[in-house]
Amino acid sequence: MAFALNAEQNQKLEQILSRYPNKMAACIPVLHLCQEANASWVSDDVIEFVAKRLDLPTAHVKGVVTFYTLFNQKPVGKHQVWVCRTLSCALRGSDKILEHCEKRLGCHVGETSKDGKVTLRTAECLASCGSAPMMQVDKTYYENLTVEQVDRILDTLVR
Amino acid sequence: MLKTTTYLTHSYGLADGYKLAAYEQQGGYSGVKKALGMPREAVIEEMKKAHIRGRGGAGFDAGTKWSFMPKQSQKPCYLVINADEGEPGTFKDRSIMEKNPHALVEGCIIGAYGIGAHAAYIYVRDELHLSKARLEGAIAEARAKGYLGSRPFGFDYAMEVYVHTGAGAYICGEETGLLNSLEGRRGEPRLKPPFPAQYGAFGCPTTVNNVETIAIAPTVFQMGGDEFSKLSQLHHFNDGGARIFGVSGHVKKPGLYEACVGLTLRELIYDLGGGVLGDRPILALIPGGSSCPVHRPDEIINHPDPRFAPFNGKTILDLPLGVDTFRMVGSMLGTCCAIVLSDAADPVLALHNLMRFYRHESCGQCTPCREGCGWIERILDKIVAGQGTIEELDRVSEIASDITGNTICAFGDGAAQPALSFVRKYRSHFEDYILNGAKSQTRRLTP
Ligand SMILES: Cc1cc2nc3c(=O)[nH]c(=O)nc-3n(C[C@H](O)[C@H](O)[C@H](O)COP(=O)(O)O)c2cc1C
Ligand code: SF4
Ligand code: FES
Repeated sequence: MAFALNAEQNQKLEQILSRYPNKMAACIPVLHLCQEANASWVSDDVIEFVAKRLDLPTAHVKGVVTFYTLFNQKPVGKHQVWVCRTLSCALRGSDKILEHCEKRLGCHVGETSKDGKVTLRTAECLASCGSAPMMQVDKTYYENLTVEQVDRILDTLVR
Repeated sequence: MLKTTTYLTHSYGLADGYKLAAYEQQGGYSGVKKALGMPREAVIEEMKKAHIRGRGGAGFDAGTKWSFMPKQSQKPCYLVINADEGEPGTFKDRSIMEKNPHALVEGCIIGAYGIGAHAAYIYVRDELHLSKARLEGAIAEARAKGYLGSRPFGFDYAMEVYVHTGAGAYICGEETGLLNSLEGRRGEPRLKPPFPAQYGAFGCPTTVNNVETIAIAPTVFQMGGDEFSKLSQLHHFNDGGARIFGVSGHVKKPGLYEACVGLTLRELIYDLGGGVLGDRPILALIPGGSSCPVHRPDEIINHPDPRFAPFNGKTILDLPLGVDTFRMVGSMLGTCCAIVLSDAADPVLALHNLMRFYRHESCGQCTPCREGCGWIERILDKIVAGQGTIEELDRVSEIASDITGNTICAFGDGAAQPALSFVRKYRSHFEDYILNGAKSQTRRLTP
């Protein structure tokens, strides 16, 4: 089924367009909007839709999607978890946090738990180095993590 | 000398500190009223007097950068705020956007007026959802009051501030990569010249400034540029004012501390950061984000410039953190957010961690950067696995030297710095892996 936005989302798209002197500039924000409306991933349909809506070549939109790590090119779990593993976090034990997530979710980095609830990823420095180790769950930061806290957070996701 | 300040951080502890009421109670939006009452050129002059060295890493003087914008322009001009904060170890801009967003909004109006722009785009990395929400909230509050829109504070100078978002790419922090990303393209850096002041966002004259650079502008206009600059102990290095220092890694109280420019690493680590975890000795220091060279704590300062007289003979721990003080001893101040490694950490694993980051984040346009970062990482993979050779270790330095100066953007130099300095300063640790194998259980980054 071809991808489309509902009325409310369309209004948001119009709002985004109003901020820029041309349509191309809306490309990334509109891709975010569409990704959210498409179960958190950018399908070929979404790319087609954005290209048509913004009068851009499909190849341009595809090029943009493949450049940025936060556009998911395949389906992901209901929740997304990113564990930061860059130096400041690594100095504070991000390895253990990540290992624990893998064990708890029964999947490796880059994979989704069997129940489809959680996709586990690593992230590069998320500007939270002073409260390391940390992870991002969907749109929320969790900082100064211990393994016990990670358990509690994951519990709420897989429930 | 340690002198903490609260120009940007006064609101940090308050529950509603991010709201307009709290900001105005602290004198917020009084700087912009003064600025809008001055001629444009005078705004730039005032900013120059403040000697604000760009807080985004390169340390370029903010007022001077503003003066590069055309006096008269046929095309619209833009102010673009770099809120892509992604330099490993750096976490100050996020705090400003989350806890004091109005300072940035007010700074945007001042900056835009100074450079002749009627619109400012704040490019926020996508992960910073709370920052975006707080900025949107602040913009809405300011607009409702008429501080933004057609006549801010009754002055005939229409002004809009927009939040734009990235989608996860460190390289979009580089100013021309950021501009491409803002235009809806892949965030690949552009060749310079042309510089953004001639040909920036949408082909129009543009100034790109860091969040903190702009957020401190209201303070400058409240207290006067000269006064602000003189807060700094490095006023005579044209490095003025106060700024936010960060410290992370193996310290007891990692975090952000606002202080007058001229703070030393010793003060940052021991007086503000509470000292090293487990009271261990320091093994390594990275002064301001991972793209700076690493330092051993016992490096002795020795520079012929007369202004260095008070510091010569002391260690790098006692050199005031300034753009030029650090540049002149072959280092880099960067973002002023230091990373501390105690002697419990293994420098080989630290470099391995960083080179994985750089390999992952290279945009791939330049062969030396794309291939070099990957090559260094692969050699380090082998060394860390106990399978490297001395020849390969030497090759790491060769590859890093070949990247330096041979790329479109400064990412290449930023990736080469840690490789060159870690291998040179901790060579025996690398050789130990090569000669004695991995013994991984004894080698770790955490205490
Ligand atoms: C690879 C790379 C990444 C950068 N990332 C950032 C960043 O996240 N934030 C920032 O303000 N500046 C960053 N910069 C510096 C910008 O290119 C630019 O110098 C800065 O935004 C200018 O603002 P300022 O003069 O106010 O410091 C980066 C530079 C490079 C080469
Ligand atoms: S130096 Fe690296 S990051 Fe910068 S343009 Fe070249 S390949 Fe891209
Ligand atoms: S290194 Fe993890 S947030 Fe910066």
